[in-house]
Amino acid sequence: MPRLTIDDLKKIKEQHKATFAVREGGYRAKVTVHMGTCGIAAGARTIMTALMDEMAKADVKDVIVTTSGCAGLCSREPMATVEIAGGPPVKYVELNEKKIKEIFDEHILKGNVVEKYAMVVGSETTY
Amino acid sequence: MSEQQRVSLMVCAGTGCVSAGSLKIKEAIEDELKKRSLEKEIGIVLTGCNGLCAGGPVIAVYPDEIFYQKLRPEDIPHLVEEHFVKGRPVQKLMYKMPAKRKAIPVMSEIPFFKHQVLRALRNKGLIDPEKIEEYIARDGYMAAAKALTEMTPGEIIKVVKDSGIRGRGGAGFPTGLKWEFCAKVQSGTKFMLCNGDEGDPGAFMDRSIMEADPHAVIEGMIIGARAIGANMGYIYVRAEYPLAVKRLQMAIDAATEAGLLGKNILDSGFDFNLEIYLGAGAFVCGEETALMRSIEGKRGMPRPRPPFPAHKGLWEKPSVLNNVETLANISPIILHGAEWYRNLGTEKSPGTKVFALTGAVNNVGLVEVPMGIPLRTIINDIGGGIKGRGRKFKAVQMGGPSGGCIPESLIDIPVTYEDVVKTGAIMGSGGMVVMDNNNCMVGMAKFFLEFTAEESCGKCPPCRVGTKIMLDILTDISEGRGKEGDIETLEDLSHDIIATSLCGLGQTAPNPVLTTIRYFRDEYESHIKDRWCKAGICRELCSFHIIEELCKGCGACLRGCPSKAIVGEKKKPHRIIQDLCVRCRSCYDTCKFNSIKVLPAGFEGEPSELVETAAAAKSGKGAAE
Repeated sequence: MPRLTIDDLKKIKEQHKATFAVREGGYRAKVTVHMGTCGIAAGARTIMTALMDEMAKADVKDVIVTTSGCAGLCSREPMATVEIAGGPPVKYVELNEKKIKEIFDEHILKGNVVEKYAMVVGSETTY
Repeated sequence: MSEQQRVSLMVCAGTGCVSAGSLKIKEAIEDELKKRSLEKEIGIVLTGCNGLCAGGPVIAVYPDEIFYQKLRPEDIPHLVEEHFVKGRPVQKLMYKMPAKRKAIPVMSEIPFFKHQVLRALRNKGLIDPEKIEEYIARDGYMAAAKALTEMTPGEIIKVVKDSGIRGRGGAGFPTGLKWEFCAKVQSGTKFMLCNGDEGDPGAFMDRSIMEADPHAVIEGMIIGARAIGANMGYIYVRAEYPLAVKRLQMAIDAATEAGLLGKNILDSGFDFNLEIYLGAGAFVCGEETALMRSIEGKRGMPRPRPPFPAHKGLWEKPSVLNNVETLANISPIILHGAEWYRNLGTEKSPGTKVFALTGAVNNVGLVEVPMGIPLRTIINDIGGGIKGRGRKFKAVQMGGPSGGCIPESLIDIPVTYEDVVKTGAIMGSGGMVVMDNNNCMVGMAKFFLEFTAEESCGKCPPCRVGTKIMLDILTDISEGRGKEGDIETLEDLSHDIIATSLCGLGQTAPNPVLTTIRYFRDEYESHIKDRWCKAGICRELCSFHIIEELCKGCGACLRGCPSKAIVGEKKKPHRIIQDLCVRCRSCYDTCKFNSIKVLPAGFEGEPSELVETAAAAKSGKGAAE
């Protein structure tokens, strides 16, 4: 490592922002790819890979991606839920690579819900 | 960074978890992730001590904040499949509340973590201690940058003084004041020193900080060196801490390469070089003047003060010695200010304190709590209460061999320097050994005195000879040779040793004896007069008896007895043949029906004579109380 200046310290911090958003919280958006048996069979793995590629390309640092189990609508997998901090979760259904890329650009980056792929806004009632 | 990771797996690589096998867990996870081509999405980080050592090996999963414990390599394929592929966290591997057996997934809801506030341990479990970038990413070296380029030494000292932080090594001397004394002395050569010679039995706060966040110590030293005007520093670490030494050396090398140590740090014109000095593990070398002699290559023995090290320290040059934990607190104080530091803790004891919680609690581990928190919260909530069915809290030993015990009646005191001292214990460096009703207080005092008698450097006769005489008396008491007047002799000797010893070792060595006499005098008396160690620890002073009315004849004690001293038929009350019994306690610990009682040595009554005791036991008041 070369000698560091104070600006270098700040740059290093910036470069690691994405890693620490994952560990510390404080992220802007969260995408949950539903990866139950049904989701995986329907191709959730491709959705996940495509999403991770898009994240890397766009170099976003404040979005986290997680997985969860079956969402209960196995016939409409692959599914993903997008939550922008402060907003209600949006569930997208019957995804493919092209659709998730579009959702990434429009919803995650720009904040506009992609209504044509969305099934529902909000979450189920739990107690 | 081009490659993004969606999950960070923080595998604890503190000494506790490594010995529990965390490196094997890491390998197993790596293999499993590779099999599933997940290695790019999921990052594995080896961190320093996570704190919940009792659950080791532990891993924390972010962003889900899920905490797994007691992992075995064979659990890993299932865990990876379920959690990282399918997103279903695995309940059976999570932390469970001791009483409820219900899995708690989210770290912030686990009482052990919930009551903690991390300042000195701010990076524990969050960064890879071997990567300087990760430390920098968490505001690392920004405080040094601020101190070196925007502040004068006087301003640094003022902030540290105003913060009110007191030395975390035990004595609690205000850190800012120490720096000010040294800064005022005119001298071309000064030294900034770090005390990592953690010697109290059961204490591992400093080791954990050095292992989990070595750069935090280095940054604190750079700031301190700037404040007092030192250009050379030493970190004194015990050679028995190999992992801490390794990580510190890696950190020093990385910081030197990055120009954060050495000449002209961050173009500020300030030079500071840092070296590690390995101690050979003598307890007395944790005392500041002895530590300095040891670095000079001489025999580690204390010398009278004054002159204080601020005037004549290492090689007779002005020196400041700070504890590891104190130094780890410096950077956040510089970055966020004195007011911020004071928003936790009390007026006279601001900030937080790290404790090594060990002994009879469920959650043994490393904790950092705001000063002023009730002792009860630490033991019952963070510690998860006393381990083992039917066992009860008896006392907690604070401050190691220099400290004293705090009994149950005082468990609601706030943990601050002032309040702890009032009990006769000391805050010390932060060792907290919890004892239950199966601990003998005479035995406990004897244990700590054995340690100090052994570690006394021998310079002052009151300490060298006095602790030995006290130890002999305690040994006599615990082996049945105690006599009337022993307690008073112990008290007299204690006061003499405290008054006439040169250094902290002798001045505090009698504390465990004094506090156990103060709070558990009846236990000493029953040892001496009744030949009865009610906890059943001192073998010469107890006998074990089965109470017929309570015995179900299950045979568990009979099977476990190593000397075949228990006889009895199935489903009928058993009996212990006293002549054969070696008083190993195995039956006492095994019995599920609380039917075995500890009675005085040589008790030769018939079971019928024990009926009264039995009745008392049924109503919840055992003879052992």
